[in-house]
Amino acid sequence: MSAPLNVNFSLERNAFGQLVLIDANGIRHEGVTPVRANPISAPLEGIALMSTEGHEVAWIELLAWVPAPLRALIEEELSTREFMPEIQRLNKVSSFATPSTWEVETDRGTASFVLKGEEDIRRLPGGILLIADAHGIQFMIRQLSALDRHSRKLLDRFL
Amino acid sequence: MLLPISEPKLPATWQADALARLMPGETVLAALELDLDARLQFARGLLLLTPCRLLACSPDLSWQEWPLAAGLTLRHSDHAGVGSLELVDTSGRLAHWRYTLSQNLAALRLISEFERHVEALLTGQPPATPEEEVCATCKAPLPPGEDECPICARELHEAPSTWTLFRLWRFAKPYRWQLVSGFALMTGATAATLVPPYLTMPLMDKVLIPYQNGQPLNTALEIKLLAGLFGAALLSWSLGWAKTYILALVSERISADLRTTTYEHLIKLSLEYFGGKRTGDLMARIGSESDRISVFLSMHALDFITDVLMIAMTTVILFSINPWLALVTLLPLPLIMWMIHTVRDRLRTGFEKIDRVWGEVTNILADTIPGIRVVKAFAQEKRETQRFREANAHNLAVNDRINKTWSLFSPTVTLLTEIGLLVVWAFGIWQVSKNDITVGVLVAFLAYIGRFYTRLDSMSRIVSVTQKAAAGAKRIFDILDHVSSVPEPVKPVPLPSVQGSIQMREIGFRYGNRSVIRNLSLDIKPGEMIGLVGHSGSGKSTLVNLICRFYDVSEGAIMIDGVDIRSVAIADFRRNIGLVLQEPFLFFGTIAENIAYGKPDATRAEIIAAARAAHAHEFILRLPQGYDSIVGERGQGLSGGERQRVSIARALLIDPAILIMDEATSAVDTETEKEIQRALDNLVQGRTTIAIAHRLSTLRKADRLVVMDRGQIVEVGNHDELMAAEGAYWRLYQAQLRNAEQNLLEGGE
Repeated sequence: MSAPLNVNFSLERNAFGQLVLIDANGIRHEGVTPVRANPISAPLEGIALMSTEGHEVAWIELLAWVPAPLRALIEEELSTREFMPEIQRLNKVSSFATPSTWEVETDRGTASFVLKGEEDIRRLPGGILLIADAHGIQFMIRQLSALDRHSRKLLDRFL
Repeated sequence: MLLPISEPKLPATWQADALARLMPGETVLAALELDLDARLQFARGLLLLTPCRLLACSPDLSWQEWPLAAGLTLRHSDHAGVGSLELVDTSGRLAHWRYTLSQNLAALRLISEFERHVEALLTGQPPATPEEEVCATCKAPLPPGEDECPICARELHEAPSTWTLFRLWRFAKPYRWQLVSGFALMTGATAATLVPPYLTMPLMDKVLIPYQNGQPLNTALEIKLLAGLFGAALLSWSLGWAKTYILALVSERISADLRTTTYEHLIKLSLEYFGGKRTGDLMARIGSESDRISVFLSMHALDFITDVLMIAMTTVILFSINPWLALVTLLPLPLIMWMIHTVRDRLRTGFEKIDRVWGEVTNILADTIPGIRVVKAFAQEKRETQRFREANAHNLAVNDRINKTWSLFSPTVTLLTEIGLLVVWAFGIWQVSKNDITVGVLVAFLAYIGRFYTRLDSMSRIVSVTQKAAAGAKRIFDILDHVSSVPEPVKPVPLPSVQGSIQMREIGFRYGNRSVIRNLSLDIKPGEMIGLVGHSGSGKSTLVNLICRFYDVSEGAIMIDGVDIRSVAIADFRRNIGLVLQEPFLFFGTIAENIAYGKPDATRAEIIAAARAAHAHEFILRLPQGYDSIVGERGQGLSGGERQRVSIARALLIDPAILIMDEATSAVDTETEKEIQRALDNLVQGRTTIAIAHRLSTLRKADRLVVMDRGQIVEVGNHDELMAAEGAYWRLYQAQLRNAEQNLLEGGE
C-alpha cells in the first residue's frame, strides 16, 4: 500500500490520561476521543477524533496510514472505549422465553447477561448478529456457523 | 461521624476479604463491584469507600488505597454500556476503573457518598446528611414508612413459565359452570358412540351366525338391536350437538376476553415498550394468535378430550369382554405414545420459529406500506419486493424443515394402526379357532379398535396444534407479563387541584446505553412560561417526555407541586397536562370527537368555546359538515395548520394546569404560524407552560429561557439577560438571525 500519509496533527497523553490533539495551527484540543465510523463493517477505515464538545477535529481515512506512534496512542484509547464482546460459545440460557439470562464465553472472558426480548437480537448485513443486553451492552456473533453445535441449537430457539 | 444510612451490602464473594482490610470501627459507606478490568475483559474487582479512604481491589487481588483528601474528585462517564470511573486530583489521574452499566447504580451511590465526604474535608464540617430519606439507587424520596423504593424493586428479569396454556385458566374461570356441563354432555355423547360396536356382538352371534347355520332369523331380536343402534346414534347426535355448541360459545368468549385484556394491558405499557416493538408483530399477537387459541380450545382441545374419554371407555369395555385380546389390541399404544413424545420437541421449536418468521413477513408490510411515498420516490419497488421475497423464502425454508418431520409422522402412525389391526386379526382368529371367543367378539373388537386407532391418529395431531397454541399463548402472555416501565404506584398519592409548580431534581435518563439527560435540575414556578432551546438532539423532547411521564427518569426525581410524579396515579397526573405536538395526530372520527378526546363528556358548547379560543372555529364552520366532519386517516384532509389548531383546542378543553408544546409551530408556514401563535397565546394564560421551539422568535413571551446542550442545562435567563451574556443562546440567536437575513436577501432578488 501507499506510504504512511503525513497527518497534519500530533497527539499526546496528558497527566489526566486524556488524549491531547495539537492541530496544524498549534491549537491544543484536550480530551479528544477517537471514534470509528463503521465499528463493525470496517473498523480500520474512517476514524474521527472528536473534541469534548462533540465536534470532529480530525479525520483519519485509514488507520494504517497514520504513523506508528500516533496509531499506537489511538489504538490504546480505542481499546479502553470499545466494548463489544464477541460471543464464542453459549453455555446456558435460563429459558427460551424472554427475558432470559444467558451465560456465554466471549473473547473477553465469561459473562452473563439478560436478554430482554427477541427483538434485541439484530441481524446486520454480512450475517453478523448483534445482541443487546438489558443494560445496552452489545454482544456480537460474527459468524453464526462458526459457533459449536450446542450454541447454535440454543441460539436457534431465539432466531 | 457515622451517618444514618444503612450499611451497603457487600457482594458476598468479597465479604471476608474486604472486611479483613478494614480497620476496627471503619465502616463501609459504599461498595462497587467492578466487573471489567482496565483492558475491558470480564473480571471481578471491588471498590470500597469508607469515611477516610477509597480502597480498590483489582482482579489479581492486589489492593490499593487512597486516603480521602480535598481536591480529589471521581469523574464518571459512560459509553456503549461501559461505565468509567476516574480518580483525579488537581495534577493528574490517579486511577481509573471500568464496569458494565449493570453496576451503575452502585457506582452513582459511591460517587455521591465520595463527594459528600470530600466536601466535608474541605469545609471542616461533618458531611451533610441528605435532606430526606431517599432511595439509595434512584435518589427518589421514599414513600413515608417504607424502606424499599417501589420503583427500584420492580426490575423484571424472570422468564415466564413454559406451562403457558394452563395460564389460560385465568380466562376460563368465569365460565367454569358452562365448562362442567359441557364436559358432562361430552362424556354422555362419547359413551353413546360406543354402544353400536357393542351391539354388533349379539347381532353377529345371536342373529347372523345362527341363521347361517340353518336356524330361522330371530326377527324380534334383530329389530330390537337395530332400534338400539338407531337410538344410540340419535342420542350421540343430540348430546354431541349440545356439547359442541356450549363449548364453542365458551371458547369464543375466553379468547375474546383474552384479546381485550391483552389490548387493555398493551395500551397501558410505556412508550419505551412501543418504541422497541414493531407494529406488525403486536397486531399479529393480539389478532391472529388469540384466534388461534380460540380454535385450539373449541376444536382441537375438545376433540382431544373426547378422544381420551373414548380410549378410556373403550379400554374398559374391551377388558370386560376379553382381557387377553384386549391386551394384544392395546399393545401398540405405548409405542405410538412414545413416538408422539419424541416428535413433540422438534415440532414445538419449529412452530415457534414459523411464528417469528411470519412476524418478519408482516413487519415488512408494516414498514413499506406507511413508507410507500419514500419507496416510490426513490424507485425502490424492486428492492422492497426482493426483501419481501427473501422473507418469504425464509418462511418457506423454515416450513420445509418442519414439514420433513411432520410429513413422516402421520403415515407412520397410520402404518402402526394397520399393523395393530393385523395383530388383532391374527390373534383373534387363533382364539376363535380355539373356541375362546365367538366371531361376534372378534368383530366387535375390530369395530372398536377401528375407531380407537383412527382416534389415535387424530390425537397425534394434538401435538402440533397444542404447540402452536402454546407458542401463541406464550407470545400473548409475553405482553401480559410485561410490567410497564412506567408503573402505576401501589399506593397512589391523591393529586387534588394542581398549582403547576414543577421541580426537577438531579434527573438523569438513559435510552438504551446512551445517556440522554444528565444531572439536570430545574425549578418551574406555577404559571411560569419556560422556553426550551437547544440544538436538535440536546434532550429537549426527552425532557418533555419525562415531565409527561412517558418515560421514567433513570436517576433523580420530578416533582409536581412537591409530589413525586411516580407516586401519583398516571391518569390523575396526565389529566393536568395539555400536550401540543409538532405533528398533531387526529383519530378517525368527527372534529368534535377529536377535540373532546381528553374529555369525552364535554358539552357542545365547551367544544365550540375551545375551538374558538384555538382559532379553529371559523375554518371548522367552512367544512361541509362543520363539527361533524370526519377527519383522520381516511377522512377529509386538513392542512397542517388546521390540524394543529384542532389539537390546540383539544389541549384547551381539558383546561390543564401544565401545558407542554413540543415544536408546535415548526411544521407550518409563517402566516399559519401567526394564526397558531394567537391560539397558543390564549392557551398559555395562567398555566405553567413548557415550550420547545426551534424558531427562537416564537418564545418571546417566555419568562425564562432554558438552553440545553447534550442533556444538560447550560444557560437560564430571559432573552435580554442571555443576549447580554453572549453565551450559547446568543450564538443560537445570531445563527438564526443570519439565516433569516439570508432568506430575506434571496427572497428579495
